[in-house]
Amino acid sequence: MVQKLEIHKFKVANKMYLLDVNAGSLLKIDQLIWDILDLYNDFSREEIILTLQAKYDKQQIEDGLAELEELIKEGVLLDQKNQSPNEMCSVKGDVIKALCLHIAHDCNLRCSYCFACEGNFGGTAGLMSVETGKAALDFLLAHSGKRHNCEVDFFGGEPLLNFSVLKEIVEYGKRIGHQRGKNIRFTLTTNAILLDQEVQDYLNKEGFSVVLSLDGRKETNDRMRVDKGNNGTYERIVERIVPFVEGRNHTNYYVRGTYTRYNLDFGADVAHLVNLGFKQISVEPVIGSVEQDYALREDDLPKIYAEYERLSQLYLELYDTDKEFSFFHFNINLDQGPCLPRRLVGCGAGYEYVAVTPEGDIYPCHQFVGRKEFRLGSVFTGIENPAIREEFKNANIYTKEGCAECWARYYCSGGCHANAHLFNGSILKPDQLSCSIMKKRLECALAVQGELLERSMRKYN
Amino acid sequence: MEKHIKVLAKPELNKTNNVAKGCGECQASCQSACKTSCTVGNQVCEK
Repeated sequence: MVQKLEIHKFKVANKMYLLDVNAGSLLKIDQLIWDILDLYNDFSREEIILTLQAKYDKQQIEDGLAELEELIKEGVLLDQKNQSPNEMCSVKGDVIKALCLHIAHDCNLRCSYCFACEGNFGGTAGLMSVETGKAALDFLLAHSGKRHNCEVDFFGGEPLLNFSVLKEIVEYGKRIGHQRGKNIRFTLTTNAILLDQEVQDYLNKEGFSVVLSLDGRKETNDRMRVDKGNNGTYERIVERIVPFVEGRNHTNYYVRGTYTRYNLDFGADVAHLVNLGFKQISVEPVIGSVEQDYALREDDLPKIYAEYERLSQLYLELYDTDKEFSFFHFNINLDQGPCLPRRLVGCGAGYEYVAVTPEGDIYPCHQFVGRKEFRLGSVFTGIENPAIREEFKNANIYTKEGCAECWARYYCSGGCHANAHLFNGSILKPDQLSCSIMKKRLECALAVQGELLERSMRKYN
Repeated sequence: MEKHIKVLAKPELNKTNNVAKGCGECQASCQSACKTSCTVGNQVCEK
């Protein structure tokens, strides 16, 4: 063929889709187009017709080819010769706009899969002081350049173990944000055990977004999320968070679960969360090294793939009903997503986004805390190790192994640096298991969004 | 005649305004919900 396309075709729930990788256009296709595309980049028009004539009428094949050629002419599919240049991933400026503030390296739970080693990240347990918290916010605003929106996530361990300090830090942040014309958005990631009425009222009053940890069904949650006495936590969490999310009209929260090798049927956990009344749900694959019995393995992929497909069907089935829910990783906006420069450089860890320990040490993100070789500096003395920051700045889809050729690159943006380092010893070598899960999840997200667009076309046409 | 292709979403990534942005006002992707498994493509543009 004269034209060369960079496309990804995939099936979800027996429906066939085509993504133009560089344009971001999404098409629903039939078996004929699927078969033509198998040959399209490598064979001439005549060869394609000849090859497919055993299965289709010549006229049908010509019609299919004509439709493809029309879409190329219209720019819906991109001939690779005419692509926009995409090499624009040099990170400009020196701006830090988001902090993960570890105000408590201690936890009231002992979840088996915790990457934070029971809250202390392999160090000593400790709580952040008000002084350190204020210094962290000063550091953030001093480095935020012209950014208007800055973010602070209170994280741990369990941040509510240090609630009085949290409140003082927020007060300070509001004051200095106002003085300097900045909007600081506060979020809290909590296990909800200490989420009593006083805390709930405070979070609602201050406009916090919250991430509430619950893994799903009681047996799923209580296998992993236990207290210091090894007791399950399901009831205690549910009785806190159900009224809490209702009290804030189901806005600005995610109920966030983790799935492991023990619940590869995690769609049933999402369904359980939906039945509890939650509307904003995120359930994520566990991160664990292969020797952990709960860690996901290559062999689990067929089950995981099937489960994401089932979940996509549940999502569509409940859409527009009173049980409609948002699943974080299916929220791909096909016409107003992030801009291309953002898609090339990934999450921003290590240069736009950093984590701060209770002592004020700075790390590239919460996942790197405790990996001493990644310590960037301190909120009291600033960045002391700019070489590490440069390393993170330069980690993008063109420098990460395999990303430049991957169809998912503009959605996953190179994946998690911490996973790459954990499994392969380099932030530039993505973890292949994570890649496989990401790609299937993206296919399901694209199919879900495509299906919703098709429904709305039917409604309005 | 039944079409073989239905366009569900038009090209977005190569639009000039999309290519030229990069204002940095969007949320840091790992802050919102995931904390382990970020996807940039599901973030929202602030402009």
